[in-house]
This record gives sequence, C-alpha cells and structure tokens, in this order.
Amino acid sequence: MGRIAFINANAAAAEAAIIAGCNFYAGYPITPSSEVPETLSKIMPERGVPFIMLEDEIASINACVGAAASGAKPMTCTSGPGLSLKQEAIGEACIMELPVVIVDVMRGGPSTGLPTRPSQADIMQAKWGTHGDHPIIAVSACNAQEVVFETIRAFNLAEKFRQPVYILTDGLLSHLHAKVYLPDPEEVEIIERAKPTVPPEEYYPFDYNYEVPPLAAWWPKGGPSYRFHMSSLNHDKTGFPTVVPSFIQHQEKRLINKIMNHIDEIEKFEYYKMDDAETCMIAYGSVAEAARVAVDEARKAGIKVGMFRPLTIWPLAEKQIRDLRGKVKNIIVVEMNLGQYILEVQRVVAEKIPVYGVLQAAGIPIRPAQIFEKIKNPEKSVEICMTEEELKKFGGGE
Amino acid sequence: MAVDYTNYLRMEKMPLYWCPGCGDGIVLKAYIEAIDELGWDKNDCAMVSGIGCASRVTGYVDFHTLHTLHGRALPTAVGIKMSHPDKHVFVFGGDGDIAHIGGNHFLHACRRNIDITVVFIDNWNYGMTGGQHSCTTPLHVKESTSPRGSYEPPLDAAAAAIGAGATFVARGFAGDELRMKRYIKEGLAHRGFSIIDILCPCPINFGRRNKLGDPVKLMNYMKSLCIPKEKAEKMSPEELEGKHITGVIHKDEKKTELTDSYYGWLVKEAQKSDEYWAKYTTGRLKEEDKYSITKEELKGLYPYDVEIPLKKWKKL
Repeated sequence: MGRIAFINANAAAAEAAIIAGCNFYAGYPITPSSEVPETLSKIMPERGVPFIMLEDEIASINACVGAAASGAKPMTCTSGPGLSLKQEAIGEACIMELPVVIVDVMRGGPSTGLPTRPSQADIMQAKWGTHGDHPIIAVSACNAQEVVFETIRAFNLAEKFRQPVYILTDGLLSHLHAKVYLPDPEEVEIIERAKPTVPPEEYYPFDYNYEVPPLAAWWPKGGPSYRFHMSSLNHDKTGFPTVVPSFIQHQEKRLINKIMNHIDEIEKFEYYKMDDAETCMIAYGSVAEAARVAVDEARKAGIKVGMFRPLTIWPLAEKQIRDLRGKVKNIIVVEMNLGQYILEVQRVVAEKIPVYGVLQAAGIPIRPAQIFEKIKNPEKSVEICMTEEELKKFGGGE
Repeated sequence: MAVDYTNYLRMEKMPLYWCPGCGDGIVLKAYIEAIDELGWDKNDCAMVSGIGCASRVTGYVDFHTLHTLHGRALPTAVGIKMSHPDKHVFVFGGDGDIAHIGGNHFLHACRRNIDITVVFIDNWNYGMTGGQHSCTTPLHVKESTSPRGSYEPPLDAAAAAIGAGATFVARGFAGDELRMKRYIKEGLAHRGFSIIDILCPCPINFGRRNKLGDPVKLMNYMKSLCIPKEKAEKMSPEELEGKHITGVIHKDEKKTELTDSYYGWLVKEAQKSDEYWAKYTTGRLKEEDKYSITKEELKGLYPYDVEIPLKKWKKL
C-alpha cells in the first residue's frame, strides 16, 4: 500500500528513487533540481544509507561511480551546467559499465543561462556530451506521476544493462506541484543487477560470454568477496587496459550492442489519437502536455492530428518514427530548444514527408495556442505567444 | 618474519612498468609491508587511483581496485567509503593527480576527515605525459614545459592538508624505506583522513632535465633536501628554505571521522524523529497513513496509454 502525496517532480524523483532501492546519493546543489537532494536528505539518513553533498558536480558523479562499482545503487541529480561538468565521469560509467542514474532537470542555456526557467536543451548533450563512442539511455516524463514511474524504470534499466541512465525532466515540471501516487516498494517490479554464477577465481568483470556481464558486489552479504580490477581505460575481459585492436573493437561494439539488441525492451512511447491522423505531433516531456491540449483543440476544429510521444529519448525510437512516414502527411516536432530531437526525426524521415518544428528557447513553456497555430499553418514560423501585459511582468531587457 | 609480497601482488602483471631508478616501486614495497604488519585481510581493502605513473599501482595490488579518471580518485573513494564504512579504502596517486587537477577534492576530503589513506607520491612533475611541470615543481626547476625553469611557486601539499583539516599528515622520502613504512602504517591505522606525502625521485624526467646525474646521485640530492622534524625544530626559517620536513608532521585524534559522524550521529538522530518520512521509511507507517488505490483512481492521476511498473496493473 502506497501513499498519495502532493509534490513536485523533483520530490517525486527523489521518492521514486527510494522506492526503486537507491542506496547512495551524492550531489551538488543546482537550480532547478535542488528539491531532489532536499527530499533525499530527509529520507536517506532515516534508512541508514549514505547521502552526501560533495564539493562539486564532478566529485558527485565520481562518488556515484565508486559506489556503483562497490555494489550500491547510486543516483545523482543536476541541471545543464552541472551536467556539462559531469560528462567525463558519465563516460567512465559507460566504459566501466556501471549502473548510475542521473536526474537532469533541464534549464535554459548555454552557460549559466536561465537557472529558474525550463528548457529541453540537454537532449543532445545527454547523447553526445561525453567523448568517444558510447551507448546511452535517457528517459523523459511529462508530469510528476510519470516521473515516479520513469525513475523506477530508469533504475531498472541501469541495473539490467549495467549502464548510466538519464532521467530528463525540466524546470517546468520541477516547480509544478501535483497529486502523485507513490507505490510501496513491494508494489513495483524492481530489477537488480545480475549476480555472478561463477566462483571469484573464475570471475571476469567484462566476461566475453555475456552480453551484459554480471557485476559482482565487492562485499556481498553472506557471500564470497569478489576481488577484481576495473579500469577507465579500454580494457579486455579482465578489466585491465589493453591496446589489442580486436579486443577494443569487441568491447566498443558490445557496449553499443547490449543496448541496441534490446531496443524493443527499452523503447517506450505513447500514441495519442493517431488512428486516423494526417498530421503527427512529436513531443516529449512537459511540452507533450501542451501538445496534447493542442491536439484536442485541433480535433474539435475537425483537423485530423495525433501525437507520438517518446518516453525513451535515447536510444531513438527509430522504427516508430520511420513507420510514421507511411501513415501521416507531415510531422510537427515540438520542443523547448532550437532543434535537437528534430534533427534525429529529420534524419530518420529522410525528406519523405515534411518535418516542421515548433522550436522555442525563450525560457517559457510552449503554449497550446502556439502549437494549434502551427497545426493550422505548418509553413508559418511560430512567435512567442504573450500579451503585452504578460511580457511586462518579466521586467528588464531592452 | 619475511613478508610474502606475492600474496598482495597480481604477479601475472609483473614486471612493473615504472622506469629504472623510479621510487614508486620502493613506496609500493613499503606499503605492502605496512599492510602485512597490520594483518589486514586483502578482501577488506579497496584501492582507488586516478591517472599517472603512481596511479598504476591499482593494477598491481590484489585488492578491490579501481583505476579511475585523472584527479578523481578521491571522490570515487569517498563513494566507496560512504557505502562501506567498515572497509579499508586507500588512494594512491601523484602530485599532478591528487594536488593539481584533484586539488579541490583533496581539500574537501581533508576537511571531511573521511577515513581514507592517501599515499601521495610527489615526484615534482607529470611523469607519464613526459615531464611537464606540476603544482609541486620547485621554483626554477626545469621540466618539459618549463625549459628555462618553472616560474610558479610550488604547493606544500602537507601544509595544505593540515590547513584543510586532515588529521594525519606525514612526509617521507622514497629513499628512506624504513621510516616511510612506519608513516604509512601509522596513517593506515589512523581513523580519519591521512596523507603520507612521499618525495619520490623521477630520474628520467626530473633528474635528467636538471642534470642531477644517475638515479643514485638524484636520490642523494633529494635526501639532502629532507630534514627530520626533530632537527628542523632547531633550525631557522632561512636554513629551512627549499628543504622538506619529514616525519609525522600533524596528528589529531579528536576530530570525528566522517562515516562515524554520518552513521554514528546523523542516522541515529534521523531515526529518532517521528516525521512523516521516518514513519514511512522505517516501516512505522500507521494503517491510516497508508493508501490503497483503485485502478480508476490511479487512471485519474495517470490517464495515458502507457505501460507502468506496477505489478498489479501493467496498464491503466
């Protein structure tokens, strides 16, 4: 039996992490994500699991890497600039194949940007922020309730695939309180990392016999201790560095394949009023809620429009987007940035049908009216939709 | 009794990759002897290192080992120690790794007084990348990026550690293995953040560029710069200019260790409280606080045609 709470998406992510079994948090405060550590600082000491605020963003993700390697289920939380700082260690978690969950509450940018205002501008950073070829999983959510479900799923994906997983929310969700059902841990399906089936002397942290090699805890309760080495350098199955081309190629390919071979399991999406749609909106995160209203309005006006909403941002729902080419006449991508997800949509659609964008990086949410305008008139670019009076409230600027 | 070094080393990784005349091997030997004397089970030991010559140690010792990012060994070790406060966690690293790129982590690990032992191998340059000058390179010393001599004043890592709040600070010299082993052993046994700053000769990059001769001559040169703490107390600041004071420089046993503070104080305080979170998280939630939700009610909160992770309902 769970609880009903009236909380924002940040607190929801924190509560859901506890439900999913998170037992290590390291972070650094950054607006608009601070409610995550604030909530966890209350809960985690009560459960006797570590909560620590470290000296910077870099230290916090590295502490998560250390905790994950030693057997914990860690989480960290940040926003745009903090995510930029964390990138090197996210690459380390990719190559060491460590399950780390990173909550990224997206804010306007670049640089310090717009700390208190929402955006969806970290989509490409989540994919390509860290250097080198690597896989990544990123999930998004459209409201606080979905943040609860997606956080649990993010932990499960991280544990199952030994992989860092992003939860992408934004400054709008993080400051929007909503009624949320928080299930009991017993009510949800929790996936734990696979345990090794071999004795310690036969164990390899990157065993070639597995697609996702089991990750042994250093000090499992009641079991033997597995001693092994893990390196942030390219390594062979033993975890020791190697420069042998065939081993490196095998490792790099396996990293990608362990995700891409299971893409159907990882992909999650919603079709909304798509059965007879001629225009398809693609929207994700909080923007999808505005798009949903716009779809409803357009339907009332007799326009056949639907929405495809990816919950898994990375890896891309390539198959589903490709299928849209034969079903609809045009696609409108709605996102709070100047065009990131749309690039991928354009790549997949390959100019078979027109792809339009409602792209806005103004630090304000996209309004249903703007999207409705675009549905009616796809060729026309969308302007910021605000009355003079509303604009005055922002003050400043010339 | 003689120490069986092979028990602590991954013998299949031999020979060591360090250059002839390097001091790192002596430090490793002293370190293994110190662990052996303490009688610690290697299953209980974890070692983390960053990038650099000294950081290669994690590949050789048969503990739980992580070879992490440049400069980030300390925060990684903090993550391990916080989740496993009853285990021994060590960091091995050089001056560039720990004090230069990882300087911020170093200061804050000192301040927190977390029970991690840092063996800080100070060879005055970035050996692995070809001998660039680092934050501990003495003034006017030649390195590959300071061909006319370094113009930056160096950092005294031991003094910085004391200032930041470390509770065990010692300085040793790689050429003086017996004393160095004693300092390492005392640092390992100390509950709190301990750092052993070890001056270590780098004949290839430091000695060669500064025309200090072969490794033995370099060792003797470095030895001439080391002044034991007891002797230094009787010397004037002018006489100590450019010298390095060796010995246990600072020890404080009163400051609370970080995991003791967390698990011994904060966790107990938190579990005492009767707040909502406490009721929920420690299983003391009362019947009236629990909520059994129907499918229709949940659908009101989440009206989407998407799978959810509840066992009871896959979809609403």
